Amino acid sequence: MSSLQSLDIAARSATTATTPMARTHKPEVAKLIDVTSCIGCKACQVACMQWNDLRDEIGENHGTYDNPRDLTPQSWTVMKYSEITTKTEDEGDRLEWLIRKDGCMHCEEPGCLKACPAPGAIVKYTNGIVDFISENCIGCGYCVAGCPFDVPRISKVDSKAYKCSLCADRVAVNMEPACVKICPTGAIRFGTKEDMIDYAAERVVDLKERGYANAGLYNPAGVGGTHVMYVLQHADKPTLYAGLPENPTISPTVALWKGIAKPLGVAAMVGAAVAGFFHYMKVGPIETHHDEPDVHPTPGPDQRDDTRV
Amino acid sequence: MFITRYKDSTRMNHWAVALLFICAGLTGLALFHPSMYFFSVFFGGGQWTRILHPFFGLLMVLGFVFLFFAVLRDNFWTKVDTAWVKKTPELLKGNEHAMPKVHKYNAGQKGVFWLFAVCLVLLLITGFMFWQPWFADFFPIPLRRIAMLVHAVAALGLVLGVIVHVYAAIWVKGSFRAMTRGTVEEAWAKSHHPLWHEEVTRKEKKEVHTR
Repeated sequence: MSSLQSLDIAARSATTATTPMARTHKPEVAKLIDVTSCIGCKACQVACMQWNDLRDEIGENHGTYDNPRDLTPQSWTVMKYSEITTKTEDEGDRLEWLIRKDGCMHCEEPGCLKACPAPGAIVKYTNGIVDFISENCIGCGYCVAGCPFDVPRISKVDSKAYKCSLCADRVAVNMEPACVKICPTGAIRFGTKEDMIDYAAERVVDLKERGYANAGLYNPAGVGGTHVMYVLQHADKPTLYAGLPENPTISPTVALWKGIAKPLGVAAMVGAAVAGFFHYMKVGPIETHHDEPDVHPTPGPDQRDDTRV
Repeated sequence: MFITRYKDSTRMNHWAVALLFICAGLTGLALFHPSMYFFSVFFGGGQWTRILHPFFGLLMVLGFVFLFFAVLRDNFWTKVDTAWVKKTPELLKGNEHAMPKVHKYNAGQKGVFWLFAVCLVLLLITGFMFWQPWFADFFPIPLRRIAMLVHAVAALGLVLGVIVHVYAAIWVKGSFRAMTRGTVEEAWAKSHHPLWHEEVTRKEKKEVHTR
């Protein structure tokens, strides 16, 4: 949201030079969302609104618990409810209610940051948090294309992109994100990424003992891992959880466009101009051949008289 | 002796498109590569660059539509053009005499013309597909990603075409006044566009006769 953070920057959008690297000892942080202990109370949504001073428009009831239905520039986290039936050996078909807190995943390799053309509009801090610096945002919407999770939202009011900041302003002063603080069941935890992976491993063991053979941690490698991770009962089928992508990666189209196409494009343009320059210097211009008599006529009316000729 | 190559309206049309190309080009390059983001200061900063770019682009395409139909007739590809393209290495050595006789436009000029047309159509279509804040939302994100890549590639094609176009104007002396004054030296027409020169002079004679 704001550039006034006391956090060190590890990566900066549309910046080709290296960012300051002196401080490398900062531990990476992560938020762990244990979907299996979530009761869907939406306290996290409320805490997010309160801490970040966000007030979304009052929407319409769509006949579901999802409210609002999707992320918006004013709702940086939304609980998504999926009703699914799973076949079990002893109980037959069983209804399951999967509740996933949707929001920015804070990728280790953020697609939004890769796609962003405005220098410093998107940063990744050394602790792994990916943040939008609104004053540098130009509202082009490239981050929307770059994100593999469909998270950034462009405001119709100010044409700025918004998403969860993982409460970077709170984390900077050693506080946990607002949603973590409010969660009444301990389903949302925050700490170093290492600790969160360890804690998740314990939870997965528990769940497996309780019959969820495919329980696991969602920390997708396709984006270098994420700083928001899920413990899922059905980690083999993440799409059950309101379409959580199975193997998210930065789209190859975006990778091509924002990868090799950028330097090659500039090289081609500069190269063409330089090649033209040297061609002229080597071969010289093509002059008009005045080799026939009728090409030296009397000056036309639009030619200035020159007494020196 | 000078002969007319372009009407005033065609020239003004050309320069309007050229100026809009510079504006669309600089704002586009600012968004394409961070090394050229500084171009955005000429347009009032990043936000304004993002706001203005699509309008410059749209106006450029609209301007080109008129230019397209003004010169289309002389830009259809012929067998002579294929032969001309095969001889291009000779031309680049400065040996223009080796080239087949050219009408109003040589194969290089025709190639540039069609490259411009194709690139501008692609830029127009793909540009709408991620034009914030009005049109982007109508297109699914995977489609927008493809549009962004195609937009960049088409823009690169356009810029390379313009580099060739401008270089040719600098390289072949006497060409530039065709667009600044609308006329060319008769000797210029005779050496570079002999078939066109023949046609123009024949027409003039005919007109004299019919009078």
